[in-house]
Amino acid sequence: MESIKDRVAIIGMGCTKFGEHWEKSFHDLVIDSCYQAFEDAGIGPNDVQAAWIGTNNGYHRGTGLMPLHLANIPITRIENACATGTDAIRNAAYAVAAGVYDIVLVSGVEKTKDYGFSGLPVSPPSYPEMAMSQTRPAVPMPSQFALMANRYFHHYGIDPKQGKISLAKISVKNHHNGTLNPLAHMRKEITVEQVLKAPMIAKPLGLLDCCGVSDGAAAAILTRPEIAERYRDDYILIKGLGVACGDEYAQTNPDYNWTYWKENIVAADRAYKEAGITNPREQIDVAEVHDCFTINELLSYEDLGFSPRGKASDDVDSGFFELDGGLPVNPDGGLKSFGHPIGASGIRMIYEIYLQLRGEAGPRQVSDAKTGLIHNIGGWPGAFTSAVGIFGRREA
Amino acid sequence: MVGIHSWGLYVPFWRLDLGCVRKGLKGERAVANFDEDSLTMGVAAGINCLKGIDRGSVDGLFFASTTFPYKEKQASVLAATALDLPTNNFLTADFGNSLRSGTTALLAAFNAVAAGTAKQILVIASDMRIPMSGSDLEQEIGDGAAAFLISSADSGVMIRDSYSIADEILDIWRTDEDKFVRSWEERFNLDQGYFRVLPKAVSGLMQKNNITGKDLSKAVFYGPNKRRHAEMGKRLGLTPEQVEPSLFGLIGDTGAASTLMMLASALEKAEPGDRILTASYGNGSDSLLIEVEGDIDQRPQSSMQAYVTSKGVLQDYVRYLHWRGLIDRVTGRRRPPIPSPSASCIWRETDQNIRFYAARCRKCDTIQYPPNRICFNCHTKDEMDAHRLSDKEAELNTFTEDYATPNPDPPLALGVVDFDGGGRTSLYITDKGDKKLAIGMRVEMTFRKLFTTEGIHNYTWKCEPLRFSEEK
Repeated sequence: MESIKDRVAIIGMGCTKFGEHWEKSFHDLVIDSCYQAFEDAGIGPNDVQAAWIGTNNGYHRGTGLMPLHLANIPITRIENACATGTDAIRNAAYAVAAGVYDIVLVSGVEKTKDYGFSGLPVSPPSYPEMAMSQTRPAVPMPSQFALMANRYFHHYGIDPKQGKISLAKISVKNHHNGTLNPLAHMRKEITVEQVLKAPMIAKPLGLLDCCGVSDGAAAAILTRPEIAERYRDDYILIKGLGVACGDEYAQTNPDYNWTYWKENIVAADRAYKEAGITNPREQIDVAEVHDCFTINELLSYEDLGFSPRGKASDDVDSGFFELDGGLPVNPDGGLKSFGHPIGASGIRMIYEIYLQLRGEAGPRQVSDAKTGLIHNIGGWPGAFTSAVGIFGRREA
Repeated sequence: MVGIHSWGLYVPFWRLDLGCVRKGLKGERAVANFDEDSLTMGVAAGINCLKGIDRGSVDGLFFASTTFPYKEKQASVLAATALDLPTNNFLTADFGNSLRSGTTALLAAFNAVAAGTAKQILVIASDMRIPMSGSDLEQEIGDGAAAFLISSADSGVMIRDSYSIADEILDIWRTDEDKFVRSWEERFNLDQGYFRVLPKAVSGLMQKNNITGKDLSKAVFYGPNKRRHAEMGKRLGLTPEQVEPSLFGLIGDTGAASTLMMLASALEKAEPGDRILTASYGNGSDSLLIEVEGDIDQRPQSSMQAYVTSKGVLQDYVRYLHWRGLIDRVTGRRRPPIPSPSASCIWRETDQNIRFYAARCRKCDTIQYPPNRICFNCHTKDEMDAHRLSDKEAELNTFTEDYATPNPDPPLALGVVDFDGGGRTSLYITDKGDKKLAIGMRVEMTFRKLFTTEGIHNYTWKCEPLRFSEEK
């Protein structure tokens, strides 16, 4: 297998403000984010030779991009749970690397606020494997991660009260970062006490351990480096991409101990190998880690090799993942501040890394960020899709 | 000789404190949880009755109730499937429309086995009648079930004879569209119904067998309430010691199951040589003469007394009304209605969801639920045997309580369980009561209703903390 390292460049990106866009349609979000990306790249819609759209519950086939009036180019819709946006990038990157297309558009979008309820649908068409027949009990998303948290604490002998405080600190960190980001949905400082006192959603996860639900869209223009140079000097490069899907090992297999997600480990391993990363804790300068629930970010610290096994909360306590820490995680505010319009989230994360690597992240700029990581995981143990992407500056 | 080989009871975990129904009322009545109905309670009684018995040896199931989940669709077949009983050369029937249906089903099973049509028929009587809010019946009606295995195999409890009366009367009734029990004036109901008919069936039986009240060790008979039940004992010329106590104040009138639940309770205490009269009431009466010939070796593990004391007391009348669908209530955050399950999926997944079969790999013995075609451990394809999980205990591996997801009775408790003998899956947890969930907690399986939508009752197996953990 060959590596994707340095074979695909991102020359333009766009990202809408995330939030409750009552006045905007799915297509409005597509137009806003894609035209930002076109302008940023210095191209027009007619330069796009193929397009991918990542959306979990949105428009089918290519109709999500229809209002862009692209000239009958092939458009592929991608759905891969919370990794939808990142997997759209991956598929587009491979097509570009293969030389089949020179310039492609990747759009990630979700319009969740028209559902009429909070949370995400746990019914067709999003999770057909669980609910299409509607015959079996569904395990709601917050519960999936709560099951994990209780067993993780138990496994490492962490006092549940102390464990909940560690989780709260992750939420506080991400909310703080979000206050520095005009595109974030929630821009409010919160305290550990507020997190602990928030209404219970699924024990031990309270309301502020869970990400919000937002509308949002992000877009990227991909090309090969030799073409990228015609458009700009400060493009960023894909260094590694790993996607791993569950093989049903976890919730049906008594050997599984709930302290890791194999999907994360395999996806990260693939991405690290491609990027030549051997010590992620040292070599990654900035990361966007999937924080749909705080326990998810905590566990992923370990799966991604940022923290030793069972020791992630020590790094949380020491501030290692804060903006001025050793490895800032979710500098843009993460899902906690942005909410989780599923198709958009992965590309929104890449957008932040794109800004960070080019030194354009303003008050939340991580100094001298050369290598950035993004991570998504969606589903439940044994049925996750995990995606890890590594990006670097041109000279990195 | 044909007799009662074994029996089992089921009383729901929950009791409604009558004091919260109406100020001044005393006592309790057993109420099914929101996820129970007459079918699931009947399955629970069936499980208790069949403990230690080869399920493949049962060749019929008769189900009696006045509250079947479907008007058209046999409860006995669904119960037999949930109990993992055979399907071929297997006799099923539903007995309904009268509180007498429980004893009628028992008699029919007796006759079928005596005639050689079947060797062992499981008889289940289960009822969950809904009294109208504010009615007098609200103090009396309770939910529960009993099951009896009628067998040609040697058993100590013989059904010696019976005498039945058919009696046309409108005293207690429901039309096919009524949700609640209707009743005529109590004086009429008692004088021209209960007190006229039940004694007639009893005396018919006694004359036929040349016995008198003095020859009875115990008399088990239906009663519409505690007072009238006691009065019937006197009218039959029985001493209070001879009368098996009614269940009022503890469980209540469990309809079609009522007489048989009392019979089960009487049999628990029976000794060789005992002669037990059993009489039901409902558009007539069935009177049965039961004799204990030898030792009873199949006494159930869970006694009436154990069920009476194992309970959670509900003191929230509104919560109860919501369980019965008598009021609408917010059940978690706003959500669209659950779409109907697909009947073809329910059918295709019967072994998995109703018989609760896991797959056991023939190559590596790994047990997996939901069942896989390809073993997740050794990847062998299509070499799986069915492995029943419904009768296995399990241990809670992890758990949570979800307050946000829509659920008729939030929070939704759920967990991942490791089965004794192998296998792991996630399950909803029910009848937790005040028990605190903990990793390592022992649980047992219970057949419940997941939800009902668009006329489809969707049944599933849940787990509950061991009901009688102190017995272990």
